[in-house]
Amino acid sequence: MTALDTLRGKYIEAIAAAADEAALEDVRLAALGKKGEISLKMRELGQMSPEERQTVGAALNRLRDELDASLRARKAGLADAALDARLKTEWLDVTLPGRPRRMGTIHPVSQVMAELTAIFADMGFAVAEGPQVESDWFNFDALNIPPEHPARQEHDTFFMARAPGDARPPHVLRTHTSPVQIRAMQAQGAPIRVIAPGRVYRMDMDQTHTPMFHQVEGLAIDRDISMANLKWVLEEFCRAFFEVPSVELRFRASHFPFTEPSAEVDIRCSWEGGQLKIGEGDGWLEILGSGMVHPKVLAAAGVNPDEWQGFAFGMGIDRIAMLKYGIPDLRAFFESDLRWLRHYGFAALDMPDLAGGLSR
Amino acid sequence: MKFTLSWLKDHLETEAPLDEIATALTDLGHEVEGIDDPARTLGAFRICRVIEAQPHPNADRLRLCRVETWPKGPDAPSEEVQVVCGAPNARTGLIGVFAPVGTHVPGTGVDLKPGVIRGVESNGMLCSERELMLSDDHNGIIDLPEDAPLGARFIDWRGLNDPVIEVKITPNRPDGLGVRGLARDLAARGLGRLKPMAIEPVAGRFPSPVGVAISDELKARGCPLFAGRTIRGVKNGPSPEWLQTRLKAIGLRPISALVDITNFFTIGLNRPLHVFDVAKIRGGLRIHAATGGEELLALDGKTYTLRAGQMLISDDEQPESLAGIMGGELSGCTEDTTEVFLESAYWDPITIAATGRALKINSDARYRFERGVDPAFTLPGLELATRMILDLCGGEPSEVVMDGAVPDTSRAYRFDPRRVVSLVGMDIPEAEQRATLEALGFTLAGEMVTPPSWRPDVQGEADLVEEIARVASLTKLEGKPLPRAQAGVPKPILTPVQVREQAARRTLAALGYNECVTYSFIDEGAATLFGGGSDAVRVENPISSEMTHLRPDLLPGLLRAAARNQARGFMDLALCEIGPAFHGGEPGEQHLQATGLLVGASAPRDPFGSRRPVDVYDAKADAEAVLAAIGAPAKMQITRKVAGWWHPGRSGVIGLGPNVLATFGELHPKILREMDVKGPAVAFTILVANVPLPKIKTPTRPALRQADLQAVERDFAFVVDQGVEALALVNAAQGADKTLIDSVRVFDQFTGDKAEAQMGPGKKSLAISVRLQPTDKTLTDKDIEAVSAKIIEKVAKATGATLRG
Repeated sequence: MTALDTLRGKYIEAIAAAADEAALEDVRLAALGKKGEISLKMRELGQMSPEERQTVGAALNRLRDELDASLRARKAGLADAALDARLKTEWLDVTLPGRPRRMGTIHPVSQVMAELTAIFADMGFAVAEGPQVESDWFNFDALNIPPEHPARQEHDTFFMARAPGDARPPHVLRTHTSPVQIRAMQAQGAPIRVIAPGRVYRMDMDQTHTPMFHQVEGLAIDRDISMANLKWVLEEFCRAFFEVPSVELRFRASHFPFTEPSAEVDIRCSWEGGQLKIGEGDGWLEILGSGMVHPKVLAAAGVNPDEWQGFAFGMGIDRIAMLKYGIPDLRAFFESDLRWLRHYGFAALDMPDLAGGLSR
Repeated sequence: MKFTLSWLKDHLETEAPLDEIATALTDLGHEVEGIDDPARTLGAFRICRVIEAQPHPNADRLRLCRVETWPKGPDAPSEEVQVVCGAPNARTGLIGVFAPVGTHVPGTGVDLKPGVIRGVESNGMLCSERELMLSDDHNGIIDLPEDAPLGARFIDWRGLNDPVIEVKITPNRPDGLGVRGLARDLAARGLGRLKPMAIEPVAGRFPSPVGVAISDELKARGCPLFAGRTIRGVKNGPSPEWLQTRLKAIGLRPISALVDITNFFTIGLNRPLHVFDVAKIRGGLRIHAATGGEELLALDGKTYTLRAGQMLISDDEQPESLAGIMGGELSGCTEDTTEVFLESAYWDPITIAATGRALKINSDARYRFERGVDPAFTLPGLELATRMILDLCGGEPSEVVMDGAVPDTSRAYRFDPRRVVSLVGMDIPEAEQRATLEALGFTLAGEMVTPPSWRPDVQGEADLVEEIARVASLTKLEGKPLPRAQAGVPKPILTPVQVREQAARRTLAALGYNECVTYSFIDEGAATLFGGGSDAVRVENPISSEMTHLRPDLLPGLLRAAARNQARGFMDLALCEIGPAFHGGEPGEQHLQATGLLVGASAPRDPFGSRRPVDVYDAKADAEAVLAAIGAPAKMQITRKVAGWWHPGRSGVIGLGPNVLATFGELHPKILREMDVKGPAVAFTILVANVPLPKIKTPTRPALRQADLQAVERDFAFVVDQGVEALALVNAAQGADKTLIDSVRVFDQFTGDKAEAQMGPGKKSLAISVRLQPTDKTLTDKDIEAVSAKIIEKVAKATGATLRG
């Protein structure tokens, strides 16, 4: 065994034995420091013969490199061990709850309006709006409901108070979204495709009625739009909205003063164990009223009925929300019960779009 | 509108089964709302015979009956069944009505099962009238005459097998308020043949002692035609069984033959009539407008006071009938009536509707006259009714007396079969279109079509289209794709304000608010507290005292919602609403608000001490987040000109010059008390449409400027008067060097007793951090000192601040 071997053995052992970084530094200084044993041996090289210097020098270099690597490795090991020891003391109870964060919700009516908008936007329908206090002309007369028309009585209208001396007929809280048809056509003429979602008001309050609810109006006017187009649009809408592979609609003749011909529309469905399934079964559920816009309505809105024709429909938003999401009670929509809002509400980022599907 | 199947078959010759008729009615636009088919509910009940009735071995009041039944009908062999019966009249030899095991008994709602009663088997039931829901009689079981056909269905023998159909008649179809009108529609659909109805005038044998005269005013409008005749020597007893059964089936109470006949015409032919007892009227009948104040005891037992202009029928002395709406009690027919005046008139729908509404009378006559009866049928109806009275009550008719004339409702419209195809999108051959119109009673002459007199709703070409489409059946309509308005990817369709409304809503939800939808109308008290409640926004006919005024603001609705939730134990709330508030009662006097309300604590209790009361800075942060999301500029002014429902010292208005974008702050404690909300409560209201739109809309972002040079942060602590606002200080500092100063941020505030002890009474300290971002060369200490001095100077000048020592 040479002297270098002995030296190597000694320091390798010392490195392994160093218990902490300070002890390790002592070993490093003793071996490789300026006055360390290896450094001193390096200095002795100068007194050697060139041949001797070559062999001893190379061996010394190897030993120095080896010890250096060994020191580093040991240092890293000690640091890891120290960290491990520290981490052991840093235990926390991770089953404690996370820091509280409020979770907001979107009301089902807003969500369904966004769904409607996404579907109809794809078919080229813009979103029109109108005032909720309406003149009786927009709410009734323009829609071919003259003052004496019995349909006026069936609307259970809320009237606004009139100041004494003001002889105008009282304004009404709009009983349907149909006046927006008139306003939209007056504003932009034909051709036109709009939907008009919004609040409407009727004097009715019981198990299934609230004095305020939401409707969406649809209107499409062009040169050759037919009732068959209306049926297709509604089929497409229902299929997309209810997120089912197919739907079947049934048109039933009916009467609305502002459309001619008029049809009530039923959708095929089944009720099993209180669960509604759209698109299958033997039942029919009335979901909306529709028809071809009456020539008098077109004329009232400044659109020439000899040139233009098209369809309109009106649908209860709260109602289709209840059907789609299985919400039992209409009245609860407007009670703002936190439990209800949380249960039936939607997350802020659940923005309906056709690419990702309307609902999650 | 209710009618029975046999009634329909008086007018329609058809073999079609009930289900097919119902489906067709609905499809034609007369929605069937219900069918009461006795064959379905009572078909299992058959006539039986009690072979022997003995006392029950174990019960005094029960009897043990051996009953002969015919489960498969009278022609099949009978079977003997043992039944325990509690009826006192159960006796040997009784002919009764038996329900076998498995039958649903409508009167009790029970499905019969084999049973053991007091130890004896009982298989079925001997029924009372109440169990069949025929009457309230439950004193004993049904006891039929000896000759009742054993084994026959009880409903067939009793004449009860007449299904009742209830349809919803849309307001445009007065003709559908008569059975014949519905029969005509069904015939047009091809479900049978409309039976002819012969009208043979009845010759009068003497002049009517009662004359009629319409005032000139009403002849012009109100009552164009009034006709009638006297029939003397009538005997007014109960009407025949078949008529009573029919009226009862549709829910009308039989009264007497004369009255039942008028009801029979009302329902069957949509021809309301009225009968006066001639003995009780003095002189002739005048049809005139009330002068106002007249009183009349009507047939419903109530006294009505008339307003001027409402139509009356009076005799020489007093009012006798509310014209076209309801007859008078005093001149009404009774069992003792021997001389009757039969009235058939045509009343103007609008006048009838107005009077009916004003008097709040809903009668079958008003319902029909205000929708429009067939004016041309006024006289034929009178003749047919005369004949029926003569048939049922005997008597001798006078000549017809009348005033006025049948109003001319004739009109013709151009009929274009291609238009039908174009509007409906269904290929209906022209011949079929014409056949449909003819079947419905329209008269065709070349291109022109004249509607029948019973169809006041047909007012144009579009109505012809509807008739054809309806009869052809819209159920058969097949959808056709609506081509895109333009090819390719659809353009965005929302307006900027609509986009913002969505952004505000989604941001609020992302900030943790639960979106509410509250009513647009609130109570007057709450409306007044929030600057509303005037008469301009008052609802004339509110549905409740909680909903009398349009809301001037969204906060009262949210506060009420908060109070309701607190009452349920939810004390910490974050509620929001995005919707209209009303600043006036004219159309368009509404504006869109986005409102958030925070009540209670910021968080539930937790191990980290997160919980703290919500405060004005929570509201401000959320208001600013929403404003940023809807595109408000980064720099806005804050003023303190808040409305009265805010805490005057802890609220502010965010605006751009005079343009108010939002208000935020703590709610006034008085408001919370009034609204029953336990505070703290902070809120904000954003006026969405007031946020200015960007002048140029482009998706391109301005170029990013990232300085390579090191930025420097310097902190300054100032001593200022307590009333000095931080924003004034920040703005002053910012103005010291607009190019070099990148941002100024308040990072500390030191107020209160300790602060005053250190800095003097009425003083506080505000500390800001200023970030300097050089662009062309690294800052030297000298540069930094120069700008620092300027900042101190500017701040001192603007706010009177001194640097804190």
